[in-house]
Amino acid sequence: MMVLLSILLATAQVAAPAPQGEEAVAPYRVDPANAGAKPFSGDRMARQFGGQPGIRRIVDSFVTSNFADPHIGEIFKNQDAVRLRRVIFEQFCYILNAGCTYTGRDMRTAHTNMGVQQADMNRLVENLQRAMATERVPFAAQNRFLAKLAPMRSAVVQR
Amino acid sequence: MVPRSIYFVLLASVAAASPAAAQQGGGAGKLLLTNGISTVEGSSGGGLAPWAVISGNETRDGFGAQAAVTVVTLPDYDLKAFSVAVGLRDRLELSYARQSFDTNKVGGALGLGDNFSFDQDVWGAKVKLAGDAVFGPTWMPAIALGVQYKKSLDPLVARAVGAHERSGADLYVTATKLILNYSLLVNTTIRATKANQLGLLGFGGPNGTQRRVVPEASIGYQFSRRLVVGAEYRRKPNNLAFAREDDAWDIFAAYGIGGHLTATMAFADLGSIATVDGQRGLLVQLQGSF
Repeated sequence: MMVLLSILLATAQVAAPAPQGEEAVAPYRVDPANAGAKPFSGDRMARQFGGQPGIRRIVDSFVTSNFADPHIGEIFKNQDAVRLRRVIFEQFCYILNAGCTYTGRDMRTAHTNMGVQQADMNRLVENLQRAMATERVPFAAQNRFLAKLAPMRSAVVQR
Repeated sequence: MVPRSIYFVLLASVAAASPAAAQQGGGAGKLLLTNGISTVEGSSGGGLAPWAVISGNETRDGFGAQAAVTVVTLPDYDLKAFSVAVGLRDRLELSYARQSFDTNKVGGALGLGDNFSFDQDVWGAKVKLAGDAVFGPTWMPAIALGVQYKKSLDPLVARAVGAHERSGADLYVTATKLILNYSLLVNTTIRATKANQLGLLGFGGPNGTQRRVVPEASIGYQFSRRLVVGAEYRRKPNNLAFAREDDAWDIFAAYGIGGHLTATMAFADLGSIATVDGQRGLLVQLQGSF
């Protein structure tokens, strides 16, 4: 009975309705650790990315370029663009320590069955680099941020 | 003489690689510059030291290739290297290089005749054993094991300078990582070799007939996606009695053009070669890859 109750409670905690404009996803446990990286300390990185407005512009152009990409657009075709924009913004903002928390799924769950291959991942990185360059993020800061993302490869790329 | 077929492969690969890629600014595949440049021995890496990266632009889902022309202009000599390499599934690399060493006026002084030039073939194989140079944990570099079989096409030269053999094989292990946090590419290579002046002057000699274990190192700072500036060092054995052999080093700048072309310029110091000291000059390389 206790077990059942705690399961019910846990489910209740996560089965919140999907935010407006987003499709529902299977229930999961909300935890900032799902972002897959520890946030930077201090506000230097956040400043170099132009704070939340800068990060939002980067994420917008990053997501837009991925959907329009001749190589990897196919992978994004069936993804929920509204949700993707929100959770990637949260993830970047959280990792850059720009004052957000991450409420999305962990990287492995979020990329299940997407069929991402290494070349796709590299393409994704290039699109992100382009978005960061457009926002005039210094290259060394871009790389410091990529250093946080690089270890996630095994959770994203399908073996 | 360089066989016509090498030029053909080189030109074909550069031609095939360039136009489509330039439009898309990179195309799918490896990240820019992560196939390295081509060493003077044909393996992918820096100019002097092989790295634990696999030639060509393909990932573990395909086959890639690269080809390069390298010219080193020294005060008294010129070294040219033409190389091709294929990369299979970002795991195995097979390479071939033809090196041509022109003695210019030194040839005349040594009684070989002005502009006497001699050639060497280098056949290479490299396998990436573990890790990744960019992704995965920061502490885990890409690690590769390689062999370079070298054979002089002018056996008289090796004999004349007192080398024991005209052919030999270098074995090496290399570890490479792009430490993104510092935009720093770091490479270490340990080579077992008995080559004299890369093998151009044969293998082994009065001062040593066995392979010697020598270190090589490269470091590079990534200024942008396209530009890496760094330095390399390569220790070399000193087997011959008639002339001292020095270690080699260089400082280089490699620039990625459109994803399928890499241009490299370096200032290289190869030290004393065949009794003539102070052989330092410009290394220029153009590499095409797909």
